[in-house]
Amino acid sequence: MAEGIKDKVAIIGTGCTKFGELWNKSESDLILEAFLEALDNANIEKKDIDAAWFSSCFDEVNVGKSSLPLANALKLPFIPVSRVENFCASGTESFRAACYAVASGACDVALAIGSEKLKDIGYAGLPDFGTALGTENRLTSSNLTAPGSFAMLANSYFNKYNLTEEAGRNILAHISVKSHQNGILSPKSHLKKKITVEDVLKAPVIARPLGLFDCCGVSDGAACAIIVPADKAKDYRKDPIYVKALQISVSPGEEAGYQGWDGTYIPTTVIAAERAYREAGIKNPRKDIDLIQVHDCFSITEMVTYEDLMISERGKSREDIESGFFELDGKMPCQTDGGLKCFGHPIGASGLRMIYEIFKQLQGNADKRQINNPHIGLTHNLGGFSNTSIVSVAIFGNKL
Amino acid sequence: MPSIMIVSQEDVMRGIVSYHCYIPWYRLDRKAIYEQLGWFNKAGVALAKGEKSVANQDEDAVTMAVSSSAGCIEDGTKKNINCFYMASTSFPFTVRQNAVIASKALNLPTSIRTADFGGSTKSGTTALLTALDSTSNKTSLVCASESRIAKPGSVEEYTYGDGAASLLVGSEDVIAEFKGSYSISHDFVDYRRVSGERFSHSWEERWIREEGYEKLFLSAIEGLLKKYNIEIKNFKKIAVAYPNTRSLRKLAKTLGATEEQIQDNYLSNIGDTGAAMPLMMLAEALETAKPGDKILMISYGSGCDALYFQVTDKIENIKRGYKGVSKYLKFKNELNIYSKYLVFRNLLPIDIGIRGESVFPTSMNVLWRKEEEVLSLMGSKCKVCETPQYPKQRVCINPDCGAIDQMEDYLFSDKKGKLFSFTGDNLAFSYDPPQIYGTVDFEKGGRIPLDLTDCIIDSLTVGTPVSLSFRKKYSDIQRGYFGYFWKAIPENKKEEE
Repeated sequence: MAEGIKDKVAIIGTGCTKFGELWNKSESDLILEAFLEALDNANIEKKDIDAAWFSSCFDEVNVGKSSLPLANALKLPFIPVSRVENFCASGTESFRAACYAVASGACDVALAIGSEKLKDIGYAGLPDFGTALGTENRLTSSNLTAPGSFAMLANSYFNKYNLTEEAGRNILAHISVKSHQNGILSPKSHLKKKITVEDVLKAPVIARPLGLFDCCGVSDGAACAIIVPADKAKDYRKDPIYVKALQISVSPGEEAGYQGWDGTYIPTTVIAAERAYREAGIKNPRKDIDLIQVHDCFSITEMVTYEDLMISERGKSREDIESGFFELDGKMPCQTDGGLKCFGHPIGASGLRMIYEIFKQLQGNADKRQINNPHIGLTHNLGGFSNTSIVSVAIFGNKL
Repeated sequence: MPSIMIVSQEDVMRGIVSYHCYIPWYRLDRKAIYEQLGWFNKAGVALAKGEKSVANQDEDAVTMAVSSSAGCIEDGTKKNINCFYMASTSFPFTVRQNAVIASKALNLPTSIRTADFGGSTKSGTTALLTALDSTSNKTSLVCASESRIAKPGSVEEYTYGDGAASLLVGSEDVIAEFKGSYSISHDFVDYRRVSGERFSHSWEERWIREEGYEKLFLSAIEGLLKKYNIEIKNFKKIAVAYPNTRSLRKLAKTLGATEEQIQDNYLSNIGDTGAAMPLMMLAEALETAKPGDKILMISYGSGCDALYFQVTDKIENIKRGYKGVSKYLKFKNELNIYSKYLVFRNLLPIDIGIRGESVFPTSMNVLWRKEEEVLSLMGSKCKVCETPQYPKQRVCINPDCGAIDQMEDYLFSDKKGKLFSFTGDNLAFSYDPPQIYGTVDFEKGGRIPLDLTDCIIDSLTVGTPVSLSFRKKYSDIQRGYFGYFWKAIPENKKEEE
């Protein structure tokens, strides 16, 4: 097996804008804001950056295609810049490219930055998938949306584990209540509202069985990270955060077209997690990991991810949800910043926003939401649909 | 001297080989129209009785033609079909042949003749006569299908109903022999619509009834009786596509026909199905016909076609009782919201929102490249591991196989399956929210994510049996295009039939 990325690169600075319905900010404004915070945080200058990767997804409503919008917004001085896109996992994709570039020795200081300006489309939810799925697929693909795709995951899960719609929704409600509690403590989160299980259950149905509070917000935002070789990281700051694993798994299409998958889990998460644990040397994820930031685009996604990451036993995440295992004061806090649920999901930025939170937590800089002395954190970034997906799992540590 | 064998038309028996009807799921109580528009036109009260069939928002004359025709050729006769004729006065396309869309959905061979027959409600029987009159022993599938719109509150809005009927015509296994016909053609302008108009114009009802229906039907029937020297009492059933029940009784009386002889025209519970009505009535007559029965069929519109059939012994060989109109009278769902009917037929400029407006252009060359995949639901099956797959693949989707270029064509449209999962989505744009969709696991293998239709979300569970139906997938009004594809329908609805 290849050596992997473990302890080869480190993050020395991160930036993140406030997420929300930022009607009066352009995507360039958001990019600049996140970037300036990261420069300040890393205590470097723009000229120190050797290469940059830019992640964004819906180019139709964003700054458009290519890397030019990033290079232009920041006036990056003729350095290599690339745009990457991998649906909702795009954020981790720019990070991955920057890490590999640094690990290869191709550059010393790399920037990964992601942004999305979703609220310029004029309607709720994500932009219609019209062209995102391709001109061929749209002739035959069902008229689906993201909540609908994951609602099907919920229905399959409820069916397999004999949960009535009511019982299933009740369990899921606890996930959203927990995230909202954490979101209130995050200065940069979009939704800062305390909610109850009852609020979740009474909210309008978006895609049955998922209601409004089972869905993450839709927001504008940008986030970024600056990466250097691990052995040089301490030259920049005393508390860099090291990359322990960086894995991605992409569906070959068999879940959607072959009668093998049972529809109650995300195989790409399982595979990416297995590889990441191997890369990071994690034997027992339930004990070895201190906090996780998962891709909670929908409450059901978070629930299934607990199991796919092999933290909860298959079919038994319910017990961990009910015991408070993933709450801020629980054994393994999840979505310490409020997650996609409260930050919303500016596609190209979300993966980097998760990394931003892990970075702060592992440094002990997470203010009111700081958990007790964490050493290992994990991010899980999922793109695509329940039946055809792209999953990145990254693991970080504050020690070499 | 070489001898040429000449088979005259009289020597070849031509007739009906098979039949099937289709009535859409929705019914609108006519009182619902009167409740909304009776204040404007009080005369509507006389028409506000019974119900009319209403095509679902994803149905049109083409999709209903596919639904009725699929039943007509379910025994696998499609390979022998030489012609496919479709008749309607409510074709969705003026240019782009409607018949050919339906023929592709039915996966009929490419080497067939297809044609649209339109212009009058007589077009259904004219298409049928074209098939029957063929001098060679061609097998033709004839379908008449209507989803007509009328001005809100008009007489026609009350009376029109949606539906389709298909007849397979040939020279072998004929269940009803074609004995002859008599046609009359007149420029009797009761209804007219010039190109580009959405609605028809009509003349005074009383004039249409007295000078049109009453005289022209009679003239055609008398012409046929005289031509073949036969009496009205010799007919077991008389299928007069009369868009008025009271006048139909009057005509029967004039002809000296008994009530039993007159075939129901289903005006009260389905409505006036235009070009489809005479075919539908013939189909229903065949449901209970016995060998030797004579059936008279008459259409109306710019004149009349009268056709005369005699049922053969072969009728005993086909399964009947579910191919006519009757079964659909039980299988229905009440629409009962008049505004929903208006939206379904695009008669109300409802706010569809920006998501609803964001229809991306259809690439015609992609559609051409994928003609069979999109219209026929043709997938592929791996010759190595026998896994059916859709869309067509070159690399086998089975993770334990992965064979490359070992595929053969595999048709999914006639296969049944079970719901793997599903949802009702209120975010996705639909003219009938929530948009219901799911994934279907097919009985003989293969899994396809599909939209669902003709169902309510509460009736679905994981494992619900489904079959497939050809439907309109999206409307691109701005660019003048309807996209068609296949949707899943719960089977439990069929069991109730």
